[in-house]
Amino acid sequence: MTDSVKFTLYAAGIALLIIATGMMQSWNTALIIVNMGLVSAIMALGVNLQWGFAGLFNVGVMGFVALGGLATVLIAMPPVTDAWAAGGLRIILSLVLGAFTIAGAILLYRYLPKGRARTLAMIAFLIVGFFVYRAAFDPAKIAIEGVNPASTGYLGGLGLPVLVAWPVGGLLAAGAAWIIGKTALGLRSDYLAIATLGIAEIVIAVLKNEDWLARGVKNVIGLPRPVPFEVDLQNDPAFVDRVTGMGFDVVTASSIYVKLGYSLLFTAVLIIVLVMAQLALKSPWGRMMRAIRDNETAAEAMGKDVTARHLQIFVLGSAICGIAGAMMTTLDGQLTPGSYQPLRFTFLIWVMVIVGGSGNNFGAVLGGFLIWFLWVQVEPIGIWLMSVVTSGMADGSWLKEHLLENAAHMRLFTMGLILLLVLRFSPRGLMPEK
Amino acid sequence: MDLLNAVIALANFVIIPAIAYGSQLALGALGVTLIYGILRFSNFAHGDTMAFGAMITILITWWLQAAGVTLGPLPTALLALPFGILGCIALLVITDRAVYRFYRVQKAKPVILVIVSMGVMFIMNGIVRFVIGPDDQRFADGERFIISAGTFREMTGLAEPLAIRTSQGITLVTAIIVVVVLFWFLNRTRTGKSMRAYSDNEDLALLSGINPERVVLYTWMIVAALATIAGVLYGLDKSFKPFTYFQLLLPIFAAAIVGGLGNPVGAIAGGFVIAFSEVTITYAWKKVLTYALPESMAPEGLVQLLSTDYKFAVSFVILLIVLLFKPTGLFKGKAV
Repeated sequence: MTDSVKFTLYAAGIALLIIATGMMQSWNTALIIVNMGLVSAIMALGVNLQWGFAGLFNVGVMGFVALGGLATVLIAMPPVTDAWAAGGLRIILSLVLGAFTIAGAILLYRYLPKGRARTLAMIAFLIVGFFVYRAAFDPAKIAIEGVNPASTGYLGGLGLPVLVAWPVGGLLAAGAAWIIGKTALGLRSDYLAIATLGIAEIVIAVLKNEDWLARGVKNVIGLPRPVPFEVDLQNDPAFVDRVTGMGFDVVTASSIYVKLGYSLLFTAVLIIVLVMAQLALKSPWGRMMRAIRDNETAAEAMGKDVTARHLQIFVLGSAICGIAGAMMTTLDGQLTPGSYQPLRFTFLIWVMVIVGGSGNNFGAVLGGFLIWFLWVQVEPIGIWLMSVVTSGMADGSWLKEHLLENAAHMRLFTMGLILLLVLRFSPRGLMPEK
Repeated sequence: MDLLNAVIALANFVIIPAIAYGSQLALGALGVTLIYGILRFSNFAHGDTMAFGAMITILITWWLQAAGVTLGPLPTALLALPFGILGCIALLVITDRAVYRFYRVQKAKPVILVIVSMGVMFIMNGIVRFVIGPDDQRFADGERFIISAGTFREMTGLAEPLAIRTSQGITLVTAIIVVVVLFWFLNRTRTGKSMRAYSDNEDLALLSGINPERVVLYTWMIVAALATIAGVLYGLDKSFKPFTYFQLLLPIFAAAIVGGLGNPVGAIAGGFVIAFSEVTITYAWKKVLTYALPESMAPEGLVQLLSTDYKFAVSFVILLIVLLFKPTGLFKGKAV
């Protein structure tokens, strides 16, 4: 069986699952699954680039996804002019000061002769720089957060079209990945894992606490959308005429119309990323990457700069995660830093890549859809299963209530089980690498 | 007098909490470092192992409390702890037989084992949430304070109170006992020596007739005990919430790496380095400085270097510094 036949069969299977959802639950639910499936597939492609092509272990996907989400706020929201007047320039100046402090410390490290004097100079410079930075930063932050805190209290964005935010999200994620890669690549693979785990937590902490940036846990809601609002469609006589002519309910039709719009946009991005990843895989560059992955020492002996190549692909893969993150926040229409959970945004993506078949781009796409479908559907299935199991028990019994109440947590268990079973019995996944 | 008050305030808000937190991290990092040294992979499921052990202990504690059994001034959880350890040993040994052994026999690459441990993490996390739920659980009882703020004020007549909570005292005492026993075991007993030999050089150890399965079994048992104790102490000191235990993974790994992965002494040192940096950097120094400095120099703001929400950033930055300048850690670890 060739790869394309296999892919078609699997894709048809997943399509059937989604169509069944549409028939049995509702077409709205099915489309929600499709849209997040598309986003998940793109995230899985990013991780597959890092893990499948280069063997890099990135467990900070959540952080890069959240940076993409931040980009949508920074690009698409209208600027809050009062806040800019209150302290916009000051806060940017203080951030530049902070960056200079770090750059200065690096320069000192590079150009002073090795010894205790260098260490002391560096530490002194950092400490003085930190206090200068805080002295500039704190009042500006307070001023900005004081501007109408109930509805704004942040700088706002640039007011550009939201689609611009997608590539920008990729850029933000790439920047963060570059910093991490510079420090942790070239060391043991486990160290990269810990470093990425850390940066993800820090990104979330920044999003939650820096209210001047994106309102923190107060959330930014009402992000601009690339598709029309349902309400506008329902008030548009041309749209109403068309759908009633086709015999649909106007409210349902408008929400499906909007979701289909997202699906088209996401599919376009997915196809672009997939084609590029596929071209990269087949190019000399892709072969070099896999050669490095399979035997670093040999590749290095052949004159390949292993650390530089690793940095390159790590930044690329993270950028794709950032793009997907921006798309997801656009789809949600809001940025809610409290909703980023590592199990959901990092480790679940890993399950997708492993189940799909690491090193195979089509596998990553399939894994993205399949695992996302299961993630959504395991909860109702678990609840149903529990109600069957407990049906024989007396009503109001302690165990029955406990089982029913906690059935929702079965999805983590199921995902772990799927991951372990695939790793054990089919370690190369649904679509093995060629 | 003012200087004395400054010292007391420092002890109350920085030194004592950091010692307790450091002991908890050190016990966690010891588990991580042992697995790294002997099984040669970074165990991502360690935080959830701690949660599992603590959960069993909590359930037994509740049962004991309901049965009216208490330890008087000490928390009942100490009585339940051995059962928690047994439960955790059972879980880890079963996990090893069902999951990890397969990859050990295959001599799979360490990174595959790390991914496998990710799957185990999901499952353990699911089990813990399923059994006890995702919410905060309280299980501490007995006397709350060894020295309460009021008693201390009466005793010394100082303006600043010093409170030592029972959980903090128990944490320190337990940690010292556990570490002494562990090092005695590793350095003096036959099994401990074979574990160290296996960690130093696997092939040589196998040649000298050390049974690897036995070494691995003992390692899991010790790790289960360490994880449960660390988890219960943390739960007594702060509170038990499954997600917090997952998040402990970062400071624990930072501690193990800072000390040098695979090196038990390093794990302990690393735990305290991380704990003290976290607490000192996120503490608002206003009170201490107001006492210590002359009145004219008293600070206006809180003098807090970073808000407590950024405590992860502290362990992370320390980790980065160590990775940049001394990748093998403060005490020479195994890994580069």
